[in-house]
Amino acid sequence: MSIHHLDITGERCPMTFVKTKLHLEQLQPGDLTEILLMAGEPLDNVPRTVTEQGYEVLETIHVKDTIHKVVIRKPNH
Amino acid sequence: MAESKKLSLISMSGDFDKVIAVFTLASGAAAVGYEVNIFFTFWGLNSIKKQTGRSFLGQGGLARLFNFLLGGRKKLPLSRLNFGGLSPILMNGMMKGKNVATLEELFGASKALGVNFYACEMAMHVLELTRDDFIPEVKDVLGVASFLELSKGGQTLFI
Repeated sequence: MSIHHLDITGERCPMTFVKTKLHLEQLQPGDLTEILLMAGEPLDNVPRTVTEQGYEVLETIHVKDTIHKVVIRKPNH
Repeated sequence: MAESKKLSLISMSGDFDKVIAVFTLASGAAAVGYEVNIFFTFWGLNSIKKQTGRSFLGQGGLARLFNFLLGGRKKLPLSRLNFGGLSPILMNGMMKGKNVATLEELFGASKALGVNFYACEMAMHVLELTRDDFIPEVKDVLGVASFLELSKGGQTLFI
C-alpha cells in the first residue's frame, strides 16, 4: 500500500472531477490518496461522487482558509 | 455497489461555445461515474473529424465546399460575435488565463474517460463523410433508432 497525493485547488469544473477520476484510476487496490481541494463545489461533490463510485472517504481535514484535504482509499475488490 | 447512471448528448451544433458545453458535460459526467454517449449529427460532426482545420472532404463539389467551409475542431466559430474566427482564439486565451479547461483539454478528457462517440449515419450521407474521415475513437455509425435504444434509461440533452 502506498500514499498518493493530488492537488486540485487550482482546477475548475469539470477538471476537478476529471483529474480526480484519472488519479484514482491509477491507484492500486488498498492504496490511500490525499486530495487537496477548495471549499464549495469540489468539497461538496468530490467526496460524494467518489463514494458513489465505490471509493472510501476516510476523513476530510480543514487545512487552511478554503483549502481542505480529503483522504480516500481505493477498495481491495 | 455503485449506482448505474447514464447521460446521452445529441451534439448538433458546430458552434465553439456549444461544443464546449458538450465536452464539459461529457467529461464531467464521465468523471463522476456516468456512462456517457454523444451522438454527433450535422455540424456536430465537425468536432470528430480527423482533420481539425479546413479540408475538402467528400466527392461532390457542394459537399467538398461545405466540409471545407465548416472545417474541423480547431475552426469552430463562436455562436455570437465570432469576428471572422478571431473570437474563439481570444476565448481560448481567456479560458487558459483563468485556468479553465480549453476545448482540446475537455475533448482529451472525454476520450481518456471513455466517453462513447457515435456519428449520425444520415448526416454523414448528406455531407458525404465516411468513417475514415473521423477520429478512431468514434465507436459506431448510428441512426435514430439505435441512439434511442442506447440512451434508454438515462438523461438525454440536445445541444
